[in-house]
Amino acid sequence: MSTPSGTSMRTARRRVSGLGSARSGTEHFWMQRVTALANIPLLLVFLGILIAVAGSTYEEAHALLGRPFVAIVMALALISVTNHMRIGMQVVIEDYVHAEGPKVVALIGNIFFCAAVGLAGVFAVLKIGFGG
Amino acid sequence: MSQTPRSIDRPLSPHLQIYRPMLTMMMSIVHRITGVALYFGTLLLVLWLVAAATSPEAYRLASAISGSFLGLVVLFGYSWTLIHHTLGGIRHFIWDTGHGLGPEWREVMAKATIGGSVALTVLLWVVIWIVKS
Repeated sequence: MSTPSGTSMRTARRRVSGLGSARSGTEHFWMQRVTALANIPLLLVFLGILIAVAGSTYEEAHALLGRPFVAIVMALALISVTNHMRIGMQVVIEDYVHAEGPKVVALIGNIFFCAAVGLAGVFAVLKIGFGG
Repeated sequence: MSQTPRSIDRPLSPHLQIYRPMLTMMMSIVHRITGVALYFGTLLLVLWLVAAATSPEAYRLASAISGSFLGLVVLFGYSWTLIHHTLGGIRHFIWDTGHGLGPEWREVMAKATIGGSVALTVLLWVVIWIVKS
């Protein structure tokens, strides 16, 4: 933008290839799709676990949630889902919050929120899994 | 970066309010709304998990809230939202391959997403009712 085309020897195609003006290329799109794909089987199992746990006592819930397979699937689902959430909400914020200050605050808040929710969930799963 | 002149009123591309509402447009909006709703739904799910990891009392409280009438209404809404957003995502995967973008198939897929999400949600709760009663 600051240098008019013509002063650089590089072609527009060359400047864009790989990265583009945002310096992140298609990584954002790609991660949204990768986490979306991971979410489908993980959430199917997650739903089954939730239904199995619903209405059970504390001891029964811990016995089920503490199984390695259950704990691993739940932890994976939490990691994939919170990353998918972060990427998706970032787009929503960029679309609707135009003022620079509030936008930056919202974008950072989004990262903090998703990291906190993801870590809290994984910690809870691990604590139950390790018998805490 | 150099200062970009902002005083010029450049023509803007037409936005939502210009167009007649269409099914595919509504599906796009609903996909985004369900995504935002699920964003906060995950927080509730994690709060329940943290309660289960905290103490029997906290777990009982979380179970009482999620098992109450209001809790079940939220869970029912959450399940439809999750299923609708998932089917919408599958629709996007199909579009990613370059298929289903034509006027006929995008309408078919939009209707299949609505019908499928309602049917699967009802089916899910029938299964829950059978398993849990």
